[in-house]
Amino acid sequence: MTAVPSYVVDTVEKAGATPDAAQPYTELGMAPDEYARVREILGRRPTSSELAIYSVMWSEHCSYKSSRIHLRQFGEKQPPEAADGGVLLVGMGENAGVVDAGDGWAVTFKIESHNHPSYVEPHQGAATGVGGIVRDILTMGARPIAVMDSLRFGRFDAPDTHRVLPGVVSGIGSYGNCLGLPNIGGEIYFDDVYAGNPLVNALCVGVMRTDGIKLAKADGPGNKVVLFGARTGGDGIGGASVLASATFESEGERKRPAVQVGDPFAEKVLIECCLEIFAADLVTGIQDLGAAGLSCATTELAAAGTGGMDVQLDLAPLRDETLVPEEILMSESQERMMAVVTPEKLDAFLAVCAKWDVLATVIGEVTDTGRLRMTWHGETIVDIPPRTAAHEGPLYDRPVERPLDQDVITSHDGRDLPRPRTGDELRATLLRLIASPNLADKSWVTDQYDRFVLGNTVLAQPEDAGMVRLDETTTRGVALSTDGNGRYTRLDPYAGAQLALAEAYRNVAVTGAKPLAVTNCLNFGSPEDPAVMWQFTEAVRGLADGCQTLGTPVTGGNVSFYNQTGNTAIHPTPVIGVLGVIDDVARRTPQAFVGDGSLIYLLGDTRDEFGGSEWAHVVHGFLGGLPPKVDLEREKVLADVLIASSRDGLIDSAHDLAEGGLAQALVESCLRGDIGARVVLPEGVDAFVSLFSESPGRAIVCVPRSEEVRFGDLCAARGLPAQRIGVVDVLATELSVQGQFDIPLRGLRAAWSTTLPARFED
Amino acid sequence: MVRVGVVTFPGSLDDRDAAKAVRIAGGEAVPLWHADPSLQDVAAVILPGGFSYGDYLRCGAIARFSPVMDSVIAAAHEGLPVLGICNGFQVLCESHLLPGALIRNDHRKFVCKEQRLRIENNRTPWTGEYATGQEIVVPLKNGEGGFVADEATLDMLEGEGRVVARYLDGNPNGSYRDIAGITNEAGNVVGLMPHPEHAVEALTGSGTDGLGFFLGLVGVLA
Repeated sequence: MTAVPSYVVDTVEKAGATPDAAQPYTELGMAPDEYARVREILGRRPTSSELAIYSVMWSEHCSYKSSRIHLRQFGEKQPPEAADGGVLLVGMGENAGVVDAGDGWAVTFKIESHNHPSYVEPHQGAATGVGGIVRDILTMGARPIAVMDSLRFGRFDAPDTHRVLPGVVSGIGSYGNCLGLPNIGGEIYFDDVYAGNPLVNALCVGVMRTDGIKLAKADGPGNKVVLFGARTGGDGIGGASVLASATFESEGERKRPAVQVGDPFAEKVLIECCLEIFAADLVTGIQDLGAAGLSCATTELAAAGTGGMDVQLDLAPLRDETLVPEEILMSESQERMMAVVTPEKLDAFLAVCAKWDVLATVIGEVTDTGRLRMTWHGETIVDIPPRTAAHEGPLYDRPVERPLDQDVITSHDGRDLPRPRTGDELRATLLRLIASPNLADKSWVTDQYDRFVLGNTVLAQPEDAGMVRLDETTTRGVALSTDGNGRYTRLDPYAGAQLALAEAYRNVAVTGAKPLAVTNCLNFGSPEDPAVMWQFTEAVRGLADGCQTLGTPVTGGNVSFYNQTGNTAIHPTPVIGVLGVIDDVARRTPQAFVGDGSLIYLLGDTRDEFGGSEWAHVVHGFLGGLPPKVDLEREKVLADVLIASSRDGLIDSAHDLAEGGLAQALVESCLRGDIGARVVLPEGVDAFVSLFSESPGRAIVCVPRSEEVRFGDLCAARGLPAQRIGVVDVLATELSVQGQFDIPLRGLRAAWSTTLPARFED
Repeated sequence: MVRVGVVTFPGSLDDRDAAKAVRIAGGEAVPLWHADPSLQDVAAVILPGGFSYGDYLRCGAIARFSPVMDSVIAAAHEGLPVLGICNGFQVLCESHLLPGALIRNDHRKFVCKEQRLRIENNRTPWTGEYATGQEIVVPLKNGEGGFVADEATLDMLEGEGRVVARYLDGNPNGSYRDIAGITNEAGNVVGLMPHPEHAVEALTGSGTDGLGFFLGLVGVLA
């Protein structure tokens, strides 16, 4: 038998007696002035357990200390649509925002990053990213009904991408598939800037009745605090502070123990257990244990409720009996929840947990002392005002400075890059682009995710947005899309954030759903670099302004800083999720061309815009100039037309135009429907610009001949440019662009669909 | 109304879909709980897809020892119609109600796709709605769906017409002889790796080709 190293508990009493004892705050990621402030708050040095709590709660990841003053804009610029009686039932600040979906239904959704862990340990990092966001949704009282993920990796052909991508995909797949949640979409991009800093952003959406919303607060002195779910282990210690709130140097390996390990079966059982508890109305408050684990759950619940809590920490069930209080407080072991339960309902609560074989332990109770107190075998180890840890962390107004190279990048606009001119050159360009990693078929990845489970999936990848019915008893559904473009944002962070918002908004509208609300995952480099902070502030301002114009409030989200290795930051990459609602999912508009002889219309204006484009990236390896010009008023008009057309049955298909432009959209709609098309490019516009420009505010739709007049009238009445550019042709087994080229569908499919399998099949 | 039991193990995922399919077919779906041996006088049982008990040890290996399975196994020997889908198929093999085993896909990845099948045997209570040789498309989603058995068992299954469905357009998981589903000697117990319960509504899943399994059962028992 191994001797257990003796542990000497650091108590509040000792802390008072030994004010000058040296404490490892630097190793815990705390700045000297932050440590000094803790001493000031407590009027003594913190105990080692208190130091553990403050170090994780005041980490960048948990406290948003560098971003908070900027994120206020989302509230200040909140559109009137969100106000009282509007779409927002619960706004920012809770675990996830809640949106009114009509008929007494409420939906909650949120996106969150798990970037750093997914680089260190791709499979577990990505898996627990899914697990964490699902618990956030569950905590609101909702049944999770779908997930999506937005992924960015290093260069497609880099050796490390072959390590990271399959691990991330298997992690998302094994966890999500095992939870029984359909994966309905997302994005995958490759760029050298994400080497060493892949982005793994996971989104979950859940549904509940509007009277079933739960909040994270510990109300009512005498109510019991119950820890339930998995036992606490030694994994993920310091995940929020050491891993997610610091720049990678070269010691990624050493940080592996800071990554949590997931057990999706435990989470699945926990979900069913919680839903049964909610249905019987057995909790007064609930919180999941995610980043900062028990430290976060206890301080946040206490701070939001009556104000105090007593916890007997030695009652927390452990996977490893040698864990000490500091480790227990910092552990990010997965699949754990904390509930506040009245004494009368405790037996019923514990009975539901027992039915699902979920371990549940009363570890404390709510008090009105205004203090969070914890004991360890009878000795007091924590005695703090919980608000100071949960809500009154440091607030930094970091220096902001426009990057020195910003003007250089935007002034080299790529006007001189050689462009394809002849039909043969255009054909070769199209085939090269559709086979390029960012534009190629992603089904090698998405076919590893269950998209059918729960039986309500109406649209899933590669559709522009995922769509699920809320429940089999209703026709109502939600559509979701996530979008982001790091290159656009690098060129102009304000515009880049709005372009990402506009694309997600458009993708939702394309399906026929009305966009209602926004979540965001803001992935940036180090906030200690003024140039990164400039990118961040510009992107936040752009997003807040954009949401105000579109009338879609921000409901919540996540900031991920320190996505950089050494001095090299990723492209600023705000990933925007938009949620829309549709009354009748049977009215959804799919992407595939259908209907022989149906007319293909191009909606919106095409300009010569190639800054940050996929063409410049793939063909010339070039990034410069300005991104395409975003026109949010136009986006609203386009969305109105798409939604009205879906409702009135005027169109059979619709597809938004984004990276790769019209050419990419035509190819995808043809291949999705396995049907050919004959296209005549608009006169007066250069063929290359027509095919590959990335001007936003555009979509292609397929209009049955019988509806052509009504559809034309609709566009004219709204002032939306609509040009007839071709017909769907069931006999043509090719995409024919008149006067330029004809490419057989099988040639398109071969180019589009072989890129990922060829790279990642062993 | 025909009462069809749908078992929920901890970790079952497609139990709601299976119950919905029963209802759409005109039957009454009766929830059965893994820890309760009572079959509640149902006329048939569905073991749904999922990861029962986390699929720890081996897929279906722990579920096979649950109290409800003692009753299902006994009733199946008496002729109760039982359909095991995906994880349910794995449970049936572990329970020795069906021969063979299901192992990790040969390409070692989870696969989710719309799969074309050929119905090879329409004499079971679950497949009577289909014509022998009929081709259908239903979702397939599994990580451990490769059906394996020794040559003698495979020859016996073929010889006795006990292969219920076979994969077409490519073998998605390495199953021997492209076998997607089999039945027992009496024909009342069917194991199927693809998911007909995800193909019962035009709007979701891959269409309505899977509805026949449930219509057939309800029709036979009504």
